[in-house]
Amino acid sequence: MSNPPAASAADVAPAVVGTTLSPIRDYLAKRGSGRLADNSFAAVMLICACSIFAIVLFIFGILVVHSRLSLVQFGWKFFTRQAWDPVSGDFGALPFIYGTLATSLLALCMAVPLALGVAIFLTELCPRPLRAPISFLTELLAAIPSVVYGLWAVFVLVPLMRDVIGPFLSKILGWTGFFEGPNFGVGLLTASMILAVMILPIISSLTRDIMTAVPNSQREAALALGATRWEMIRIGVLRNSRIGIVGAVMLGLGRALGETMAVTMVIGNHPDISKSLFAPGYTLASVIANEFSEATGDLYLSALIEIGLALFLVTIVVNAIARLMVWAVTRNAPARVI
Amino acid sequence: MSTQPLSNQPRPMDFESKSMRSNRARRTATNYFVSGLCILATVLVILPLLAILFYLIYKGASSLNLAFFTHIPAPVGETGGGMANSIIGSGIILFLASLMGIPIGIAAGVYLAEFGRGTTLANAVRFTADVLNGVPSIVMGISIYSLIVIQQKHFSALAGGVALAIMMVPTITRTTEEMLATVPHAIREAALGLGVPKWRTAISISLRTASPGIITGCMLAFARVAGETAPLLFTAFGNQFWSFKLSEPIAALPLQIYVYAISPYDEWHRLAWAGSLVLIVLIMVSVTLVRIFANRGVLKGGS
Repeated sequence: MSNPPAASAADVAPAVVGTTLSPIRDYLAKRGSGRLADNSFAAVMLICACSIFAIVLFIFGILVVHSRLSLVQFGWKFFTRQAWDPVSGDFGALPFIYGTLATSLLALCMAVPLALGVAIFLTELCPRPLRAPISFLTELLAAIPSVVYGLWAVFVLVPLMRDVIGPFLSKILGWTGFFEGPNFGVGLLTASMILAVMILPIISSLTRDIMTAVPNSQREAALALGATRWEMIRIGVLRNSRIGIVGAVMLGLGRALGETMAVTMVIGNHPDISKSLFAPGYTLASVIANEFSEATGDLYLSALIEIGLALFLVTIVVNAIARLMVWAVTRNAPARVI
Repeated sequence: MSTQPLSNQPRPMDFESKSMRSNRARRTATNYFVSGLCILATVLVILPLLAILFYLIYKGASSLNLAFFTHIPAPVGETGGGMANSIIGSGIILFLASLMGIPIGIAAGVYLAEFGRGTTLANAVRFTADVLNGVPSIVMGISIYSLIVIQQKHFSALAGGVALAIMMVPTITRTTEEMLATVPHAIREAALGLGVPKWRTAISISLRTASPGIITGCMLAFARVAGETAPLLFTAFGNQFWSFKLSEPIAALPLQIYVYAISPYDEWHRLAWAGSLVLIVLIMVSVTLVRIFANRGVLKGGS
């Protein structure tokens, strides 16, 4: 501590003091306080973060405002009535709800076993060099736009359904009543098939993440007790990740409920409720896509917007539950980019 | 002699009774059966992908020509024509969407990772972003229709851009946050210790270190909305002619594919295949670039 000499030096020549300070202290002394800049920056970031709340609230608000005509006119009965008659202004959403549920659940029935199989194969069975290319291929499925799936379905899947798969199903399973009546190729079954292909990648990639998050000691313990590989997967892996897998399936369901373009192109667009899966149907999303731009009259438009509101609320609830379930399992897993 | 005691040693499996052995055979068989099913599932999943790609190349490539990229659609009944206006229109809408969606998305991600980490508000924002990610795109379409199109009384490119921007925000927010979380704290502390203000640290240290991952996220969001049709049906609406005004209906590649696909004309179907091939190539190239980018660029820094 050589205080007196330093002080005297400062008295004599202030310029010398500047050279003895480190450049950083010098910089800080000149710069002044950054509190204002910091706070305003944080505020801007906060506003942007809150814009996500704003988006959700705004969507909800605007849908409620614009569907109030139909909300007031039909009330809860809107969702239990079968009528859809734009000419006389009589609207009910039941056929669309039926179509949406039927196609989504059927798509889940087809997609879930396949997605689980892919996820198990990729995490547990696949030779290491094949792992990256196969998971890349399955995720490419997610990158294909909905309208391209629709195009492919219209020109490839529909003729295939009409000429090969449909007659085969009605011959084998016709007695169940699900596969009877005229088969045009378009209908609930075709829509479910294309939906299944579309929701496969999301379910399988999430399931894969969840299964990877299971600690290796679980696998080792099961193997050490003499389990075969499948028993190890069943006891050590699947049982531990079942909550997350249910969550992943529900996320797939959320996607299927709202899928629009591909379904609109192959479902046949006819508001009917029929037991046969060959019959043309209609879903909540596809009725909006088809009729929105030609909806004349305020009540017609507001009925369509109310369908959109129902779709919004249902997908929000399904997704929220699913996210919580997936989080519960993968909370401590490392972050992934894609 | 000397081998006699050895042969008396129990062989490893001798403690198993006969029923246990048959049990073991059954379990092994189940194991192989299930493994086979898993392989079959993987093949079944990859088949449609290959089928779609094959058809796109088979049908699309033969329909691609110079006119496709330089001409606007021909009237019904005439051959020829292209989708030049749709390609440009898609470009304009996507540019608008990126202009609005990317800054907001990144800023929200910065808040989650740098300022709000661990707070209830940040958790709520993160959860809402994840849920918003799953909201059907057509719902975005009708809400933007109600907000902008009804007010302006006509469809517009701007409305299309806003609808897509809303869809980009949650994806970008979540990837930005996850990438920022991989930036080691020591780097931030070093910057703060040198007296760099916090906002500077966030921009030049955290964001810059995580930039490969964040660009990845932005490109993924971009690729995802590039193929969206449903939100554009009632916002951008489509246009058979050139249009560069933001306040007018504008053509977009996915919309045009949809219109052509459900039309009854073979000539238009041909164009739909070609348009799909172009769209897929654009998306695949960006996604593949992202993959390569992400594999090289992901931060390997420890804490």
